[in-house]
Parts: sequence; structure tokens; C-alpha cells
Amino acid sequence: MKAAQDTTRTVRAVRTAGGLSFRVDARASAVIVLLVAAAVFAAVVLIGSGDYAMSPGQVVSTLFGDGTFQQEFIVTELRLPRVLVGLLVGAALGVGGAVFQSVSRNPLGSPDVLGFGQGSAVGALIVIVLFHGGPTEVAAGAVVGGLLTGAAVYLLAWKRGVHGYRLVLVGIGAAAMLTATTHYLITKANLVDATRAVVWMTGSLDGRDWAQVWPLLAVCCVLIPLVLGHGRALRMIEMGDDAAHALGVRVERTRLVLLSCAVLLVAVATAAAGPIVFVSLSAPQVARRLTRASGPNLAAAAATGAALLLVADWTAMNAFGDRQLPVGVVTGVLGGCYLLWLLVSERRAGRI
Amino acid sequence: MQRLTADSVTLGYDQRIIAENLSVEIPDNSFTVVVGPNACGKSTLLRALSRMLKPSAGDVLLDGRSIHRMPAKKVARTLGLLPQSSIAPDGITVADLVSRGRYPHQGLLRQWSPEDERIVKESMESTGVGELADRYVDELSGGQRQRVWIAMALAQQTPLLLLDEPTTYLDIQHQIDVLDLCAELHETQGRTLVAVLHDLNHAARYATHLIAMREGVVVAEGAPGDVVTAQLVEEVFGMRCQVIEDPETGTPLVVPAARGKRTRASV
Repeated sequence: MKAAQDTTRTVRAVRTAGGLSFRVDARASAVIVLLVAAAVFAAVVLIGSGDYAMSPGQVVSTLFGDGTFQQEFIVTELRLPRVLVGLLVGAALGVGGAVFQSVSRNPLGSPDVLGFGQGSAVGALIVIVLFHGGPTEVAAGAVVGGLLTGAAVYLLAWKRGVHGYRLVLVGIGAAAMLTATTHYLITKANLVDATRAVVWMTGSLDGRDWAQVWPLLAVCCVLIPLVLGHGRALRMIEMGDDAAHALGVRVERTRLVLLSCAVLLVAVATAAAGPIVFVSLSAPQVARRLTRASGPNLAAAAATGAALLLVADWTAMNAFGDRQLPVGVVTGVLGGCYLLWLLVSERRAGRI
Repeated sequence: MQRLTADSVTLGYDQRIIAENLSVEIPDNSFTVVVGPNACGKSTLLRALSRMLKPSAGDVLLDGRSIHRMPAKKVARTLGLLPQSSIAPDGITVADLVSRGRYPHQGLLRQWSPEDERIVKESMESTGVGELADRYVDELSGGQRQRVWIAMALAQQTPLLLLDEPTTYLDIQHQIDVLDLCAELHETQGRTLVAVLHDLNHAARYATHLIAMREGVVVAEGAPGDVVTAQLVEEVFGMRCQVIEDPETGTPLVVPAARGKRTRASV
């Protein structure tokens, strides 16, 4: 009951002269600001950590152009691109996951369950194993694999519109087939290629440079605002196709636009960092519980994804002594534990 | 010419045709109720009138224009629909759900005007859910929940409102409650209501205009007092009955014949 009062109290209207008005959920906005702050802080700490350690103050002054030549090189050439890739991949996976969970009306309907991560993996592995391609070709293979999987799942799930259960079932079927294909490709590969393939499939930010940042940044700058712009329509679709239709939402068109954006975001993120599991599954759920707002919580999911990925990356680099882990290992453990804890604590509180 | 009409429409899903060459006019300011046996096409007609189903021939006209060629939001400002099944998103409050009815009146730069706020408040009060504003929808009883969905449809502020079986899954007290509410909205706010109902007696009691359908064809239409006769019920539902005067309202009351006398009518 208290939570109910909290949620309604925090929604405010911001109105300007000239009749413009905006709906602002104070709690959700505060959560987003805090998450962005956490992500930025994690980014600064990450840039400062490594064999050549720098204090957060040094990092910030270097970023503003006041560092030594050596610091400048380490920050802008080595560590900043890696951190930016982490931020963008996290945000893209968070938004993509939120869109898929909302459209499928199922918290399990996230891209890494529905086979998009696996589709990208097959694309990348085909390039590695059959064509022995370099990093750029592998990334292209991952994008193509993800997009083809997206198109195939959409078409197979289409029956007078795409509906939740069909999407989830078709997606899980696709995921199983694609996983089998990756195993087949690995058994076909020679030792060097197989090692590359396995490293790629774990998901890692190691050695990411500006070549990965630019395409990712371009895609995110176009698609994330586009997705956020459709957020209000997506809120209506959550009430069922008929209800949304009655409110004047062009349901199937909105859904196609949003799913295309989400597939592309997830594919490009996977191409840049490998299939980092669990971020697209857990970020929207964590975001929803932090904001306590109904609806897809797209912006909060993006901020959660970015923060989650950077914290996981810091943990992967520092928490295990000299043995650095790929970030994908940590996101699974960290996101999974947090989600379980949330579910258990909420069940005790009587809410699901 | 009435505001909402179906002009010789052919309706169906994929290859299966439900109704052919069907023409219906919804009288302005009426409380029209569509009745008929299961699978007679009454819900299909409602889906076509609310532009959810595109006729394969013919046209649904709203204010003289083809409803399928009008912008979706513009239609949604004139014509509202309470669907048979809607999903209340997890953790949504009554006020939040009702406020979503304002969507067709809003835009990216006009998300929550003082008018929106006033209308949402009024809609909750006129459906009697004002005191539940801060409650979660999933905590409410079935009857309260249906009132909340009606409040959302009202917040849409459409002169025409279609309701697809609004009393399904409710117990008798809440069925009457919802129908009373509809009658009140029709009388006090002058809205045109079109409802699909299963219960013929409810239809006869509340409708100002009745449309009886069978196998995709309108068998009879008009005021319930003129239309509901034993002969019509037998023709439409294939059931022998007596039609007597409702002791409460004077409207027709259908009493099915006793088991022994009720041999299946040949139509």
C-alpha cells in the first residue's frame, strides 16, 4: 500500500508557457540520474585502474586535456574506447531487452533467450571457422547473423501480428538450433580458430578501440532516441493489442519499428563485445524495480545496462587478483544474483 | 445519415467469411445493443466498426468517411472501444491506467495538460473508482476492475463508445452495476453506446435500439419493445420461449419454455 502511494505521489506534470506539458515521474527520473552518475563514476574508476594506476582526479583532468603525454595516450588511446564500448553495449542491451520483454509481455522474452545472441554467434563463428576472417569481418558476421535471426523469428512468429507466446516459443526454438550450430562449427574448427571462437563467445571488452566505438556510437545515437520516442505507444501496447488499437496506436507498425531497432541494437552490441549474457535479461527487470514505475522503463533500462556492464567489467578486472575474467562471466553472476535477490525479497514483501 | 455505419461490408478472417454484404446503422445518441447466438458475427461486427478488422468488401463510415483511411489517433478521438480482454500491466495504479485513456489527445510535446488531469479525475468519479485512484489494479475485484477499464474508455472522451461483452466474467450484481453505469453515461452525457451482450433480458432492459443477428445477417432491429417477440427469439436463438412484461421496467422479458415443451424449433 505504501508503495502504491509512493508511485502516484512521484508523478508530476511539468508545463511550460505555450501549452507544452510533460509527464515526469520524479522517482524514475531520480533513479535514471543516479544510474547515469554511477555509470560515469564506474567509467572514471575503470579508466584509472590497470597496470598504470591513476586517481579519479587524474583521469578527469586528463579527459579534459590537462594530463601528461603518457597519461593522455593511456586514457584516450587505450582505456577510454574500451569504457565507451562498455557503456554503449550496456545501454544497447538494456534498451533492446526492455523492448523485447515488453513486446513479448514476458520477462523471459529477452534477446539472449530468443536466439539473437546465438544468431550473432553463428554469424561470427562462420566467419572465424570457415573464412578465417579478421576482427572487422567477424563483427560484420555477427551483425548479419543477428539481423537474419531477427527477421526469421519475426516472420515465423507472425500470424495476424506478432504475439507474446509465439514470439517466445519461436525464439527459444531458434536459440536451440543456433546453439547446436555453434557447437558444430567449433568441432569443425582447428585449434586456433576454436580458441578464438570460444573467447569471442564469452563476451569481453578486452582490446576494444575506437574502431569499435564509432559504429556503435552511430547506431546508438540514431536508434536509442527512436526507441524512446516510441515509448509511449509501447506503454499502450502493454495493455493488449485491442486496447492499444482503440487508443489510436498503430500496433503492428510500432511493434515492427521497435523490434527492428532492438534487433539492430543487440546485433551491433554483440558484434562489438561478443554475446554478453544476462544484461538484456536483468537490466529491464532491475530498472523496473528501482523506478517502481509501470511500463517498459526504456531510459532506465538503458542506464541500468550501462552501469551494470561497467561495474561487471571493473569486477572482472580487479576482484580476482591477477586473473582477469571476461566481463561476460561476471555479468551472468552479478546480474543473476541481484535479480534473484530482488525476486526473493519482493516475494517476502508480498509483491511478485 | 448516422455518424457510424457499416455499408455492405464483407467480414471474415483469412478465408473464413463471417458476414457478407452486411449493412448496419448505429442511431446517433442511442444505446444500441447487438445480440445473437455464439458465432453469429456480433463481435466481428464490433471489431469492424472499431476499425480493428478491415472489411474485404464494403466500408465502415465514420462521419461519412472511410474509417480505415482516417488517421488512427483521429478515429480514437471520436470512437472508443472497451475490448473484451485487456491486460493491466504489472504494478499499475488505477489513476495511471485511467490516464492512459488520454493517449489519443496527447503528443510528444503535450503529454499531460491540465485538461487531461481534470478529465481523468472526472472519469474516475463518474465510474465510482475515485477513491481507488492510488490502489494497484491487480488488487481489485473483477467488478471494480471493469469499472476502471470503463473509466479509461471514458477518459478518451469519445462521443461514440463501443463495448465488447462488458459484463462477461462478472457476477449478476456487478453485471447490473456495469449496465446501470452504461445507461447513466448514455442518459447524462449523451454518448452513443454500442454494446455486444450475451444476455437477451439485459439487452431488452437497457437498450434503446436492438440489433439481432444470426449467421452474419441482421434478422431484426428496432426498439426492444417492438423487436423482442417469442417468434424472433425462436428464429434467432432456435429456442421456444414466452415473452412477458418485465415487472420492474415493463420491457420484454424472455422466459425459456419448460424442458418438456422445448423441442428444437425448425427455422
